[in-house]
Amino acid sequence: MSTPTRRSDSLIHLLALLPLAWIVFDQLAGQRSINPIQTWTQRSGFSALALLLASLACTPANRIAGVRRAAAWRRPLGLYGFGYALIHVLIFVVIDYAADGRAIMAELSEKRYLIVGALAFVILIPLALTSTTAWQRRLGRHWRRVHRMAYLAVPLAVVHQIWQAKSDIRLALVFALVTAVVLLMRLPPVTGVRRR
Amino acid sequence: MTRIPPSDITPEWLYRQRRQFLRSAGALGLAAAALVACGDATQPTTPAPTQPAGPTPQAAGTADERGDPLTDFDSVTNYNNFYEFSMDKEAVARVSAGFVATPWQVTIDGLVRNPRTYAIEDLASRFDQLERIYRLRCVEGWSMVIPWLGFPLHRLLAEVEPTAEARYVRFETLHDPERMPGQRDPWFTWPYVEGLRLDEAQHDLTLLATGLYGRTLLPQNGAPLRLVVPWKYGFKSIKSIVRIELTAAQPTSLWMASAPHEYGFYANVNPEVAHPRWSQATERRIGEVSRRETLPFNGYAADVAGLYAGMDLRVNY
Repeated sequence: MSTPTRRSDSLIHLLALLPLAWIVFDQLAGQRSINPIQTWTQRSGFSALALLLASLACTPANRIAGVRRAAAWRRPLGLYGFGYALIHVLIFVVIDYAADGRAIMAELSEKRYLIVGALAFVILIPLALTSTTAWQRRLGRHWRRVHRMAYLAVPLAVVHQIWQAKSDIRLALVFALVTAVVLLMRLPPVTGVRRR
Repeated sequence: MTRIPPSDITPEWLYRQRRQFLRSAGALGLAAAALVACGDATQPTTPAPTQPAGPTPQAAGTADERGDPLTDFDSVTNYNNFYEFSMDKEAVARVSAGFVATPWQVTIDGLVRNPRTYAIEDLASRFDQLERIYRLRCVEGWSMVIPWLGFPLHRLLAEVEPTAEARYVRFETLHDPERMPGQRDPWFTWPYVEGLRLDEAQHDLTLLATGLYGRTLLPQNGAPLRLVVPWKYGFKSIKSIVRIELTAAQPTSLWMASAPHEYGFYANVNPEVAHPRWSQATERRIGEVSRRETLPFNGYAADVAGLYAGMDLRVNY
């Protein structure tokens, strides 16, 4: 019983680390991008959103689809998602804008896609910091309430993705649809029927 | 009056020498191909060259008039916005590799006295090909410095003689989803269309390009004929042109139709007028790490700002 679950857990870690190879090794292995900073930004952002959505899908997978082990994947997937979001933000601030505070603030003050993106990231910070079991105990029943902020952060990240697209928002709409589905599957009418 | 720095103009002897070189290189290539074809099948074959046959990329100049060095040939030919082939800039070269741009005809008609259709070879031989080193600024926030080969559009316009009613020039890309697979994508209204006001089209900086880096244009760069308007965002510089039409009414470009509140008719490079969603204040020169300040009219303000005297460029974006 314990062996298959452990194997699936390592598979989750492996899957979550794959985008890192996509971002880093692809560039080192001769597949050098002509505009690498943009490539890294786009790939890290995509990976962050994909993993955050995977994390949000764990609860419905557990409760509705009956994948019991998924409950254990929620935290690592969420933390990996935050990790890629952190890489995404660091690339933007440190490499793209050379940590030029004035230029970054000028952008941030007027560009709505940056405002919602930054907001999503800021919301995720306390969630990542309080993700440990110790914090879970310390916060008690408030922990769950605090972590519901993810239901706001992820849609904001999706809006960020839609607004930054040049014209073709089809991929972003797929993310929006998946977000809507994993969030709707938490509503009592959906979960209630199944749990009767 | 337009200043074309002397470094931008290819001396005719160099141009002729280059033509001669092209011819002899072509003959050499044919001879080599014949030799290979006749060769013993048991002999080890040489791997196919990764670059198409032709002379090595060679520009006459090494920098633009501001002293900015040329973007390297590999970047110019492997980082392309050409949705007719792929929406991935780094995939366009691969997807378009088999595109054959000959035979090719360009029709120039509409409000002109002498409408006519040119074969691409006629255009290249009829008008002296010059090298012009221009900055290219993409609306996405990156830029390059490219040594184009071509001729000013006004020379072609003079030949067809626009009538007094002609106010605008409308350009159209080839529409052939068989050869341009990206055109099967229903997201955009094909074919690609762009437009200029007649005085913009007649400006000496406005180029019809047939080559770059001393070579004939590769498919990914808009073979065999493309527009280059260096003071406007790159999407105005329409590629693989089959029709040029003089009109009285302002043409609607593909981008204007696709997102009218984001892409206007003029699309002049302007750090003061942000795209509704992104900033246009800075850009990344391909090959550089830090950002550069974007220049009004992409650095060509002294040449072209007069075209827009009295116009509110925030309204006419």
